[in-house]
Amino acid sequence: MFLEDIGIIPSRGKEPLQTENSRSVINLTRRGFIAGTGLFVVGVTLAGCSSYEEPIVDPDSLDIPEAGPSPLTEVQGGDATPALWISIEEDGTIKITCHRSEMGQQVWTAMAQIIADELDADWENIEIVQAEGHERYGDQNTDGSRSVRYNFHRLRLAGAAMKQMLVSAAALYWKIDPSQCSAALGKVSNNEDSDTLSYASLAKVAAKLQVPTEADIVMKEPKDWLFINKEIPSVTVPKITKGEGQYGIDVHVPDMVYAVVARPPQVFGGTGSVKDAKALAVPGVLQMVKLPDAKPPAMFQALGGVAVVGVDTWAAIQGRNALEIEWLDGSNASYDSENFRRAMEASTERSGTVRRSRGNVGTALAAADQTISAQYYAPHLSQSPMEPPAATARWTGDKLECWACVQDPQRTRQTLSDLLKIDKKNITVHATWLGGAFGRKSKPDFVVEAALIAKEVGKPVKVTWTREDEVRHGFYHSASAQRLEAGLDITGKCNAYLHRTVFPTIGSTFTAGIDTPSDGEMSMGAIDVPFAVPHLQIESGSAKAHLRIGWLRSVANIYHAFAVQSFAAEMAHAAGRDQKDYLLELIGESRLVDPNAEGASYSNYGGSVEEYPIDTARLARVTERAAQMADWGRKLPDGHGLGIAVHRSFLAYVATVIEVKVAADGALTIPGIWLAVDAGTVINLRHTRAQMEGGTLYGLSNALYGEITARNGTVVQDNFPSWRVMRMDEAPRDFEVEIIPSNSPPAGVGEPPTPPAAPALANAIFNATGKRFRNLPLMGANRSKLDISANASS
Amino acid sequence: MAITLNINSKDETIEAAAGTPLLWVLRDHLKMTGTKFGCGVAQCGACTVHVDGAPKRACITPHDSLENAKITTIEGLAGTAADAIRETWVGNDVPQCGYCQSGQILAATALLSEKPKPSDADINAAMSGNICRCATYMSIRRAIKQAAEKL
Repeated sequence: MFLEDIGIIPSRGKEPLQTENSRSVINLTRRGFIAGTGLFVVGVTLAGCSSYEEPIVDPDSLDIPEAGPSPLTEVQGGDATPALWISIEEDGTIKITCHRSEMGQQVWTAMAQIIADELDADWENIEIVQAEGHERYGDQNTDGSRSVRYNFHRLRLAGAAMKQMLVSAAALYWKIDPSQCSAALGKVSNNEDSDTLSYASLAKVAAKLQVPTEADIVMKEPKDWLFINKEIPSVTVPKITKGEGQYGIDVHVPDMVYAVVARPPQVFGGTGSVKDAKALAVPGVLQMVKLPDAKPPAMFQALGGVAVVGVDTWAAIQGRNALEIEWLDGSNASYDSENFRRAMEASTERSGTVRRSRGNVGTALAAADQTISAQYYAPHLSQSPMEPPAATARWTGDKLECWACVQDPQRTRQTLSDLLKIDKKNITVHATWLGGAFGRKSKPDFVVEAALIAKEVGKPVKVTWTREDEVRHGFYHSASAQRLEAGLDITGKCNAYLHRTVFPTIGSTFTAGIDTPSDGEMSMGAIDVPFAVPHLQIESGSAKAHLRIGWLRSVANIYHAFAVQSFAAEMAHAAGRDQKDYLLELIGESRLVDPNAEGASYSNYGGSVEEYPIDTARLARVTERAAQMADWGRKLPDGHGLGIAVHRSFLAYVATVIEVKVAADGALTIPGIWLAVDAGTVINLRHTRAQMEGGTLYGLSNALYGEITARNGTVVQDNFPSWRVMRMDEAPRDFEVEIIPSNSPPAGVGEPPTPPAAPALANAIFNATGKRFRNLPLMGANRSKLDISANASS
Repeated sequence: MAITLNINSKDETIEAAAGTPLLWVLRDHLKMTGTKFGCGVAQCGACTVHVDGAPKRACITPHDSLENAKITTIEGLAGTAADAIRETWVGNDVPQCGYCQSGQILAATALLSEKPKPSDADINAAMSGNICRCATYMSIRRAIKQAAEKL
């Protein structure tokens, strides 16, 4: 039973929504409908109603014209054919397929809001079906903060097309023109009399009708939206509060056994001799499976080592503890992150590869009245979702079925096909709920492990990563060193700006030996710098990777925004100016910035620059708004400071003001945070605010405590607390979010709050203490206070 | 050797190796997966259950030390404090990914059972052992205070 539930994870089903808020939304909706159409529906109870008295209309009783193929298979975003996304059941349930992975960003709710709105469905009848990994859904890669951006148009089309087909079905039945019908709240009404037909009763007829063309589909005006851009409660939360959510680690299939893996400490280290007698003697341990050593490039290969299989997870863990393995050094054996840091810092002192250039920065720097420069460092980080990676695999003959907490079930399927050399048609990948992801779970190496081990064992196997595994064998956020230099004129205005950035590239995970940052990484906060400075140059250096480098919530924006927005405040200080005023002056007059006109290869998160330009007016607006919300410039108590930072990422604009209180001994508290976001059209106001809070705190946790280091090619940290993360008592006291109303196309919301968090914090600490922190983390695992002594290294 | 544990007011017969933590007995043997694995070393609180009403980390508690105890998991958590917590958790959409929230709800319910009107310091003391990587901390604090109002 569990098994059947995994592929189609039921949502809250037909339980009534449980909050006052939700009821008021639904009720308002109904009043709007009734008032808007002048209809009163007598004798039908709407509240909580999911089955209707009318019989199902039999298609064979009607003269239905032959339907051709769907004309919506290749609209913007992919296939918008309604049947791919919407299934209307006889009991009134409307099943909506969500092809993106639910990891806390509330994508189930958001996708349902978009479809249900155009469909004019009754929200209480919505149920979510999680799609398996398959090309028919188009892009399923749930990262890059783009689920809404990629799917808003086509899912609206799908909902609206379905509604039109239901209306046409009713018109056929009543033998009237569709224009004489209207649809709302899951029913079609005959405008000529009081007849209504539920969507359920019309579904079989609608399914036989021609899917309309995009040109013939009428979508709603934003003012008519019922669910989009509203405070719709989450469809997942009621289950979560009862412990009913099913995550990758919760999967159970009959006859399953449990595995953990002892992996080589170094990436591309090997497995030498294995003594497993003691491990096999542990009660409940069943067998060992030796995995092949990984070879460069890492891609999403299993890391090798030895799997321990047991009757439960605990037996497998105990067995692993008893294993004696001689690990072999590999190509990364000498990696020491401290030495590497010094080498990267030194390389920022040398000219790099020019990635964008305006004017002549060298000449302008030489002619400046005042020059300042600063060097910044940010370490490796681990994504560390609360649910560590976990995957279950089952072989039936040559067919492989996997259940896993993956951000991209399609890429998972392709990876399994490539690495296990089996035809993709023989592979099924079910995405479960994800207990957080932050980029880690778009790398399906753990699913590959499950498939390899299950094949050897001959039974279904669940592989669970312990926290130690997750911290020590990750795809790490890249460590980075940066140097910025500015030339100011006699008035303090910035005339020249030079930014050098050095970091091992994510590309190294896919192409062995590559040591140059990609255009995509440079497009995250470096070459897209929006400053109105006459002479500007962005350069990159070279750095080889010695760990698996991967993406983590907001990726290269983290270190770039930290350096650039810290340096903006350093320039303001050098000029004797207010941080916020100086930042607005750097942003300059309202205009669209085009890095490509200055020699850059700017990727703009895959969005077109026509639809998603770099708009300095929007940057300035969020900056001014956040400053107003924080009452910037107010008199602060001793030891308090306000800091500001603004950053555009994933096509959204976020400005953050942080207030800190730093005691004389360096003890830090955060009394308040004020954040303004312009993310274009926002689907769910409540969940957008939640992302702003959570994304900011994720950034602050990394900035204050986050640090992964390596010695002898081996990651030093292993679990909480040596890998330290923010806890309740360290969270800010107040957090105010304002979402700027916008009709612009949807941008991202999951990642954009993270980049401004660290520089706003560092800028606030500077204003509170006069001490400039340029190296992350500010505290690390062991400090409980900031080191604000004058002679401490910053 | 089989032993009997009282879990959510039901006697369950368990056959697991001596010393196996309650967490894995719940998850792997009883298929009660509401209790989560987060760290295995009592540092994150994802595995929080109640033992005789008090919060306990199931990941380091041997199941065979609990023969005479009453164990409550998220699946069986009930009572006025639990109802109030669940209601404000839903009302505020506290969870994001939700993975840590069984533990958060167990910890918050134990807090309110002990201190119906907790201060900020009480909340910090009771909840700082429960990590949330989505960082729903401010929502949790808000929801606990609203739940306290209802009691």
